[in-house]
Amino acid sequence: MRHFSYTRAETVSEAVAALASDPQAQILAGGTNLVDLMKYDVAKPGSIIDINKLPLKQIDELPNGGLRIGALVSNTTVAYDPRVQERYPLLSSAILAGASPQLRNAATTGGNLLQRTRCYYFYDPSTPCNKREPGSGCSAIGGINRIHAILGASEDCIATHPSDMCVALAALSAVVEVEGPQGKRDIPFADFHRLPGDRPESDNTLAQGEMVVAVRLEGNHFAGHHTYLKLRDRLSYAFALVSVAAAMEVSDGKIVELRVALGGVAHKPWRDMLAETEFAGQPAEEVTFRHIAQRLLAGAKGQGQNDFKIPLAEKVIVRALKQAASGRPQVQSVKAIQ
Amino acid sequence: MDLSSQSHTAATCPVSLTINGEKRSFDLHPWVSLLDLLRGQLELTGTKKGCDHGQCGACTVMIDGERMNSCLKLAVSLDGAEITTIEGLGTPDNLHPMQKAFLEHDAYQCGYCTPGQICSAVALVKEGHAHERHEIREQMSGNLCRCGAYTNIADAIEEVMAADKAAPVREAAE
Repeated sequence: MRHFSYTRAETVSEAVAALASDPQAQILAGGTNLVDLMKYDVAKPGSIIDINKLPLKQIDELPNGGLRIGALVSNTTVAYDPRVQERYPLLSSAILAGASPQLRNAATTGGNLLQRTRCYYFYDPSTPCNKREPGSGCSAIGGINRIHAILGASEDCIATHPSDMCVALAALSAVVEVEGPQGKRDIPFADFHRLPGDRPESDNTLAQGEMVVAVRLEGNHFAGHHTYLKLRDRLSYAFALVSVAAAMEVSDGKIVELRVALGGVAHKPWRDMLAETEFAGQPAEEVTFRHIAQRLLAGAKGQGQNDFKIPLAEKVIVRALKQAASGRPQVQSVKAIQ
Repeated sequence: MDLSSQSHTAATCPVSLTINGEKRSFDLHPWVSLLDLLRGQLELTGTKKGCDHGQCGACTVMIDGERMNSCLKLAVSLDGAEITTIEGLGTPDNLHPMQKAFLEHDAYQCGYCTPGQICSAVALVKEGHAHERHEIREQMSGNLCRCGAYTNIADAIEEVMAADKAAPVREAAE
């Protein structure tokens, strides 16, 4: 590993000041992705700002019945928190579909949002990659691209965002609280991650010097009708080929409110809010679910080896919506699709 | 090997850790992983380096009671933490029940993944989230075994879990 300087931040403002003053600095939380990327010589921070001592480790109640999850709360703690399990079971389920217990114990809420793509070329400094080395080209286009994006990709990058947790947070319309040199601001989850466009090196909309301090969950919990359905190459401990976080409110057999977020298919958790509203009032049954899937995938484009993801995603969306409508969410330790 | 040729004069950083019950102080370069500290400087070689990328689980130890991949932890970031390794769970004369169960069930072949499997399994029992066999398998998915001893590993864990329900397993030596 390359050498770097190291500081332990004692306060958020100290961390923000250190981050803002040094473009080569990176924040270290759980380290599960950053340390790995440093070993591969993909991440090359000149200095590390360790934020593990900051007071961002609580899950707090919000007056509106929501929850505020500190950036340093581990993925495990979020997944098994009784309040999360009761009010936001979709989030709990999505977290437990990802990684391994060891990684979930170390990984943090903020870090999960900021993890980088698992595109093989991004991880291999001997190959061109616009995300790792802007302007060098994309090796995945026309290369090995079985795991790559079918939605929202660009001519410069077809990488996908690897998180499961973020797919649920997208569906739940979470809010990301950030703090930077200009103070605090809220970022709606849909605006936090970005599509690659011609700047694939940039995964999110954080400004220089800004750090995530919390994620807020408010509004509809969708505890009754939700599911996280993830398909992957092995039954556990693998990234999604396609995953779906589905949630809905149903009344008299009709959809009142619909949320569908897709993982493993784009540079960010994929949601089409306009499409969701179009299906309000329609019967919560398979024929509608198929229309929803087709609508969401209307702009899908394969890259060759990942063409299979388009029909696969249609099936997974329909299946997930059936699970959500019936109130029988996928249990992550049960490997048969329910 | 060190990739850096531009070697900035690297400051070391004071770190205090309790390792298998013993309080220790170090001055460490910030790029030293917990795994390399354990194996290279403390000669606690029970913890194994498999992939060194958080994919195999051979380096699993307990940090403040929670199982984690020691290869992905910078030791300096753990100041004040309590670390338990396989050496802290039991001794040849006084095995931890999980170590005993692995022996009885022949839950290994080459043994390289075993310390990580045992640390992970001890944590699994303590966490209490797994009850059925399929849940044990899911909760052990972060520990790979290239010999394929999974069936016997699950048997060993099931036995310890059943015994633990009757009388909770003693805590790791601390």
